[in-house]
Amino acid sequence: MKVLLSWLREFAPIEGDPYELADHMSDLGMAVEETRVLDPLNGVVVARVASLRPHPEADRIQLVDVEVEPNNPVQVCCGAFNMSEGDLIPFATIGTVMPDGMEIAQRKMRGEVSNGMCCSAAELNLGSDHDGIMILPQGLTVGAPLMDQIGLVGDVLWDLEINPNRPDAMSVAGVARDLAARLDVPFEIPDWSESVSEPLEGDLASINVEDGELCPRFTARVIRGVSVGESPLWMQMRLTLLGMRPINSVVDVSNYVMLELGTPNHTYDLSLVPNGHIGVRRATDGETILTLDGQERTLLSGDGLIVNEDSEPIGIAGVMGGATTEISASTEAVLLELASWESESIARTSQRLGLRSEASARFERGTDWKLNINAVQRFCYLLNEITPDGIELVGEVLDVHGALPENEAVSVRNSRMSLLLGRDFTSTEIRDLLVPIGFDVEATDSEDVQLVTVPSFRPDTETETDIAEEVARHYGYSSLGTTVPRSPDAGRLTAEQKTRRTIRQIMIGSGLVEAMPNPFLAPDDVSKAGLSVENPVQLLNPLAVEESVLRPSLLPGLLTSVGYNYSHRNRGVRLFETGAVFGASNDSTSSLPDEYEQLAALLSDSDAASAVGLLRELGDGLKVEFRLINTDDLPGLHPTRGARICIGEVEIGSVGEIDPVVLERYEIDDRCAWLDLRVDQIIQAAIADSDVPYEPVSTFPSSDVDLAFLVDEGVQASAIELTLRNAAGDELQDLQLFDVFRSDQIDQGSRSLAFSIRLQAKDRTLGEEEVGGIRQRCIEAVETSHKATLRS
Amino acid sequence: MSVYEQIAQARASAIGEIEQAGDMESLTALEPMLFGKKSTLGGLKRLMGEVDAADKADVGQALNQAQTDVRQAHATVKERFIAENRRAQLETERLDLTESLGGSNRGHLHLVTQTMERLEDVFVGMGFTVSEGPQAETDWYNFEALNLPAAHPARSMFDTLYLDLGERTEIGDGDGGEATNILLRTHTSPVQIRVMESNPPPIYTVCPGRVFRRDTADASHMPVFHQIEGLVIDHGISLTDLAGTLNEFTAAYFGGAIRSRLRPSYFPFTEPSAEFDITCVICEGEGCQTCQRTGWIELGGCGMVHPNVLSNCGIDSEEWTGFAFGFGIDRLALMRHGIKDLRDMYTNDVRFLEQF
Repeated sequence: MKVLLSWLREFAPIEGDPYELADHMSDLGMAVEETRVLDPLNGVVVARVASLRPHPEADRIQLVDVEVEPNNPVQVCCGAFNMSEGDLIPFATIGTVMPDGMEIAQRKMRGEVSNGMCCSAAELNLGSDHDGIMILPQGLTVGAPLMDQIGLVGDVLWDLEINPNRPDAMSVAGVARDLAARLDVPFEIPDWSESVSEPLEGDLASINVEDGELCPRFTARVIRGVSVGESPLWMQMRLTLLGMRPINSVVDVSNYVMLELGTPNHTYDLSLVPNGHIGVRRATDGETILTLDGQERTLLSGDGLIVNEDSEPIGIAGVMGGATTEISASTEAVLLELASWESESIARTSQRLGLRSEASARFERGTDWKLNINAVQRFCYLLNEITPDGIELVGEVLDVHGALPENEAVSVRNSRMSLLLGRDFTSTEIRDLLVPIGFDVEATDSEDVQLVTVPSFRPDTETETDIAEEVARHYGYSSLGTTVPRSPDAGRLTAEQKTRRTIRQIMIGSGLVEAMPNPFLAPDDVSKAGLSVENPVQLLNPLAVEESVLRPSLLPGLLTSVGYNYSHRNRGVRLFETGAVFGASNDSTSSLPDEYEQLAALLSDSDAASAVGLLRELGDGLKVEFRLINTDDLPGLHPTRGARICIGEVEIGSVGEIDPVVLERYEIDDRCAWLDLRVDQIIQAAIADSDVPYEPVSTFPSSDVDLAFLVDEGVQASAIELTLRNAAGDELQDLQLFDVFRSDQIDQGSRSLAFSIRLQAKDRTLGEEEVGGIRQRCIEAVETSHKATLRS
Repeated sequence: MSVYEQIAQARASAIGEIEQAGDMESLTALEPMLFGKKSTLGGLKRLMGEVDAADKADVGQALNQAQTDVRQAHATVKERFIAENRRAQLETERLDLTESLGGSNRGHLHLVTQTMERLEDVFVGMGFTVSEGPQAETDWYNFEALNLPAAHPARSMFDTLYLDLGERTEIGDGDGGEATNILLRTHTSPVQIRVMESNPPPIYTVCPGRVFRRDTADASHMPVFHQIEGLVIDHGISLTDLAGTLNEFTAAYFGGAIRSRLRPSYFPFTEPSAEFDITCVICEGEGCQTCQRTGWIELGGCGMVHPNVLSNCGIDSEEWTGFAFGFGIDRLALMRHGIKDLRDMYTNDVRFLEQF
């Protein structure tokens, strides 16, 4: 909503620095997005087009003789062709500094001198039209400063952001009321009732409201003697500055009244409304109407309609009028409609049709039904004012309504205001804050309680809490002061949250970079990554089909990210992510899909061993023991380089390399290692094992035993390791696989695995014999349990 | 030659030899000739028997002195050789420390994660806990419980992405009670509801997390972004408590020069509602292009928790009052680091990620 200082001042004597006034409006909840002190346009004058001539050397510009002083035209080159001889135009004389900072100088264009500039509205910052020169109405003084002539000297334009709960502030008068209260100056809506001569006898229109819920009040008036033409410049300027396009005198007055009072209204050419009969009903499914903008609209039951006597639609209630009854140059009699509509219905219809008009924006928030008569009077006053011979009113104002809703008084406790707002308010203070903005405050027997009646223009305000907001708003949020409450508990992260941070720290400590790929996938992204997910969760209303599936795994996103980096010559990237993945739920007690947090790492230019190394880091950092089970054909993974990861018997993820076929699809021409884990499961295991008891370090010497075995390729190294661990028993202090060796010298189908075993007892020095015994036990255990033999 | 002359000669000759030694090896080779019985001075010691008893003390002293002098000369030269050898050894070990291969091996957290953790830390320091909840939510938690019933016009403020869960999905205006309208949360407020449902007040918590809107990606919008919301429910909580808490947070997170202010606004879940501005971090309030010359930047929304929201969670709004606030994490990071386009944060180009 834009407002103009001069217009506000028609309702309240508002004075002050434009920026201070802006601060007040922002502080009242009408956030000022822009304050524009209108450029005085010094040097821009009203000029008359004396003659138009072609430029001898150019087609795209013409020569204009412009009169600023009578009979003393100056030559100007001009690129616009919308002027005629005798037109009045804004003319920037030499030396003028335009609003964009350009200084007008005498110059030559293709050999012809130009002594100034004919201006468009956009060039003067007075509108958006930059296609042609602004044509001014006749009657202005040639040679006089433009801004004087159009009445905008020193004016200020503010652009306000109005919240949905402030229908009152969708009008110049409403903004003036709020601001006047803050500045402690009087506010008044002028009386326009006596402006037009007495109505003539007549009964030219009738109203039939079938649905009182849809239309609580329908007010109408017949006006004759209308001559449709251009509205006066001051009106056009105000409409333009507030963002509306001037159309013709009748429509302009209609829009002017809407902006001024917040009362959308509509005008019909009475001659096009058979017998002047207007009806209001709800549409039936599939009914159509041709709206003012030339579009055919299809309606649904529930949409509000204005109909003629044959019940044919002539307008969509509160949204847009129909084309059949539009005001035209030949209109002589007008039927003015001022209706109140059910806001939900208007919101639904305008949203569905994608028709958000200035009118629907106001009806959606709720308009003030009490202003209908004022608005009719204001309309007649203005139209009469700008019609040279005046207008004629015919018959009485038609005003159809049922019982209109009067707001009930709300009990407001001073104590509650003080509690909610953190400052003690007295009854007097509350009254003084609420009365100027139209609330009625009545004392009660209780000193703590008063009855507050909310005005009809504040449908949003219903409860004691709502009224607290009004009290705070006018007292000033920032004047209330500040206090800091103290939590009775210590602030902290949970063990789970701390562990999640530790996981991330381990990842970056291992040189990985955290990525955040798009969690939305295209339908074929899942299979592209080599995954087979039966029912990935789909979006019902995706923006695009490429973003219609919720990821069942972090794999597609990380592959895309690595692929992106490869295509930008960033090779060897090591990315990780922790994030939610989704799947169809098997849980019948929850309506939500299955959702859990996954940790995944994708290391390009690395083999499976790097991912296993990373897993080790994680296990060591979190004190969690991961078990690997080599598994062929894990989805998306290299068919012979993958393993499932378990904690105890619970499978929690996989590790390995990405299937080369998949890598090819993402144009990644390096091996890539992969690791994925369920974060909830690791966190659970990490927390469970976090209180590890201390084991005293043995003070006795240790002995090392190295054993190398020839082990069949079908046996996992981890299985040998486990056997050794069990065989070595209590004296085992450390066990490491330190060499893996494959060669032609070794039997086909096996490899050499060398382990170093450190033995140490807590209470004695191990003797040579005892060490030898353990060594023998280890060898026997491995040889008997596995296809393995000791290498000599 | 007197005995004294012999001593002097032997001394001079020994010192002369020491000084002639070119390296540790030749010095070591000299040692038998300098010390011990076979050395010249050692030989002279044997002459002591032939010296007159009266001269014995003097001769003995001269001999001792000569020996001391030789030892000292030897020690000095030896030390020099040790130092030289050490120097020569160290010289062979010389390294150019700028010859390090490859870059740093340390990874990087995503800027959003870094920002989120910093925010969490500030609030933890102020006595808050951190709460989390699911990203896929029911209509109840995301809207209805927050005083946004199905037909509420303010629902259009949130462009919501709904999930298609096959037979589980029911599309409609959701007032059927049984309807399971599942969506991607448009804010982290559903976490607030879950916290209030399962924890009796007092509550001091923040809810950071990922949220979703049906928005086309552009320089300042992403369909997937991150928010942090705060919730305080306690006895006697007021609007000034909200203002004070946000002030304290602003100073702790941005530094003392940055202040916060509240402006009236509208949200269905709070009443009174406010917009939460901070001093422009670029110009520190002087007025610049970023803050459109106002000196303030809009950070987020806040307000006193609406009584309907409290009662939806089974909390008596006469006994307890509270406030809530929320703001975008991505936008904060954008502002702080002067990133012009939000989409840059999500290309996952390591040249972006490694800058933070």
